[in-house]
Amino acid sequence: MNKPRTFSTGGIHLDENKLSGLQLVTFVDLPREVTMLMNQHAGNPARPVVEKGDHVKRGDVIANADGLVSAYIHSPISGEVTSVGMVKDAYGKPCEGITIKSDPIDYNIDIEEVHEREAVRTNDDIASLTPDEIVSIVKEAGIVGLGGATFPTHVKLSPPPGFKPEILIINGAECEPYLTNDHALMLAHPDEIIEGTRLLRRATHVPRAVIAIESNKPDAIRLLWGKTAGLDDITVMPLKTKYPQGCEKQLIEAVTGRQVPSGSLPVATGAIVQNVATAYAVHRAVRYDEPLMKRIITVTGDSVRFPGNYHCSIGRSLRSIIEQAGGLPDDTAKVILGGPMMGRTVENLDAPSTKGVSCILILDDKQARRREAEPCIRCGACVNACPMGLEPFLISTLARKGRMEDAAHEKIMNCIECGSCNYACPAARPLLDYIRLGKIGIKAVSKDKKKKLIKWKGH
Amino acid sequence: MERPLIISAPPHIHTQRTVRSCMWHVVAALMPALLCALFYFGIGAAVVIVTSIIGCVITEYLITRFMSGHPTTIANGSAVLTGLLLAFNLPSNLPVWIILIGSVVAIGIGKMAFGGLGCNIFNPALVGRVFLLLSFPAQMTTWPLPSVNRWMYPDAATGATPLGLLKQGIMTFDDINLTDCLLGAIGGSLGEVSAIALLLGGIYLLATRIISWHIPVSILATVALLSVCIGVNPWVELLSGGMLLGAIFMATDYVTSPMCHRGMIVYGIMIGVITIIIRQWGAYPEGMSFAILLMNGCTPLINRYIKPRKFGERRAKR
Repeated sequence: MNKPRTFSTGGIHLDENKLSGLQLVTFVDLPREVTMLMNQHAGNPARPVVEKGDHVKRGDVIANADGLVSAYIHSPISGEVTSVGMVKDAYGKPCEGITIKSDPIDYNIDIEEVHEREAVRTNDDIASLTPDEIVSIVKEAGIVGLGGATFPTHVKLSPPPGFKPEILIINGAECEPYLTNDHALMLAHPDEIIEGTRLLRRATHVPRAVIAIESNKPDAIRLLWGKTAGLDDITVMPLKTKYPQGCEKQLIEAVTGRQVPSGSLPVATGAIVQNVATAYAVHRAVRYDEPLMKRIITVTGDSVRFPGNYHCSIGRSLRSIIEQAGGLPDDTAKVILGGPMMGRTVENLDAPSTKGVSCILILDDKQARRREAEPCIRCGACVNACPMGLEPFLISTLARKGRMEDAAHEKIMNCIECGSCNYACPAARPLLDYIRLGKIGIKAVSKDKKKKLIKWKGH
Repeated sequence: MERPLIISAPPHIHTQRTVRSCMWHVVAALMPALLCALFYFGIGAAVVIVTSIIGCVITEYLITRFMSGHPTTIANGSAVLTGLLLAFNLPSNLPVWIILIGSVVAIGIGKMAFGGLGCNIFNPALVGRVFLLLSFPAQMTTWPLPSVNRWMYPDAATGATPLGLLKQGIMTFDDINLTDCLLGAIGGSLGEVSAIALLLGGIYLLATRIISWHIPVSILATVALLSVCIGVNPWVELLSGGMLLGAIFMATDYVTSPMCHRGMIVYGIMIGVITIIIRQWGAYPEGMSFAILLMNGCTPLINRYIKPRKFGERRAKR
């Protein structure tokens, strides 16, 4: 076996804190009520196609994709649409949502039974699917990137003309601390992931797929290794454990040794990256004609009673998911959707979960507060940590001082906001906060310029 | 009613390392050398070290309290470290009042005048040392002999350093006992004499990842290579004078050294080159302090022109 690979620039080693690592996936009963948000994927929000009072069945389309970069949304339960309108999402922002109340027959159904339904397509059916058919099944199933970016999968499967993908990378790195949902999925459904991987591989016309897993998950590596032993199109590649390996650009470099050129699409390297959970969802969609309406969510935190991986319906309220893990601890100070490095903090626990929620992380008061910032001692820790080879201390200061052009010259827009610099800084400086502000400022300026240009051309 | 949740931008976790822990790690790494200093120079070393630290801490406190108006920064240990490093660069029979002048210059002019920790261009301890060297050349170049007068402070028997003797042509490279250099039984500034103790500290700093190998290794490799080229004994150059103290503890000062690894290597090579030039052809027997200070001055330039390799950026093809 070769030495595990990794990306070349920067990166940090984090305490893993995989509290729920040994937990298998727990199925959660169907919820009595769900709210499906229209903007739960990257791109245009979906357009509702149901009205208040409509009856929907589990798996029915309730909102259509709006334009190319958008995704269908399906109802995860059978019941009555009780409202279509503005609701507050987890971050407190208003957005359009469809609320469905379950009917009594639906929530008495055994969830395991729902999961172990009969296959719609046989092996022969699947083997005879054309790539375009697979892409259209994926599109109709409303599948989006489940690693957190929620970019519609069918768009990624159809790269723009001129790009020729050569390799499919299935992302099982799961480099964020605390998260175990992908790990649990790989242990629970290896065959299904391999089938999903093959479907994705066929859909993108690439000869080879690699399932990349960080070496802190030796059981998953061993299991998938065994399962892919005889296959010549799918291999398992162990990677050295290093954050942020799960970020698309770093993962592509770790696997292929190629760096995504600054300003181009990742597919320019010939690689297409999909998450393991996405591969699993593709398998469910093709084999069972099941749209994306549930996923595995890790509920974790030092004071959570039963940290674990919960397979539950999308659209369930965050609070009800936390209740599965023993309820909200008394000392809760911060709730994060996603991992501790890149996850966003929740304001509204009654908001529904979405396709992109991989983890609900609960921190107590001590963990939730930042240390006070001290002056920069120019130690270079941020420079060494930056996986993009930037100088965080510099671009952060330039952004803070409003020198946007200089910041842009120092490639502030290359920042992937992985948080490594912020983590590594011994002076606890809020480097990434200012970098983000700088990026927002630069984006605003370039939009403004475009507007002016359009105006000018119009005259 | 539950408490409102804290909202903040990611990341939500943070390294355990702090400015303070970095400083105290370096202080800890200097302990072997400190013990050696006490062993060879006895009471004199103790007086110089204590005076220098107290001088630096009090100067910093007074300046933050009455002049700059910034919150006091004594607790982060940087003043203690500067004091300790300054003492390590002084002979152990230096009078208390000269040491105090050195501390005031080191902290006051070397550090606080620029705006305090993180803003200074030059290594404060070296600013203090070089100021004293230029102002009190006689006192700064009479070196107490090791081991012989542990209980004498102001009027200890003195002698010259190996490098000084070489410069004056009294000794040749063959006369220098390398074992003494390794252990520290030679004349010199009180913290620089024992190579083994300094190397131990260096290993500690590397193991705790307080410093990276780039600066010390590039300095030492350059010095070794150049001494071979000009035909002097590389071991003497490496083990004598302020070479190891400078390469491991002074040149690696976070604030005044370059930010990225490639810059660090250029910085280290240049320090090595300048040191050898001064030692070989300059008026002073020792050039480490000057070399480091000169390169401190070049650090902003290095930071501007030598950048880390950016991910996905290719050199512009013309």
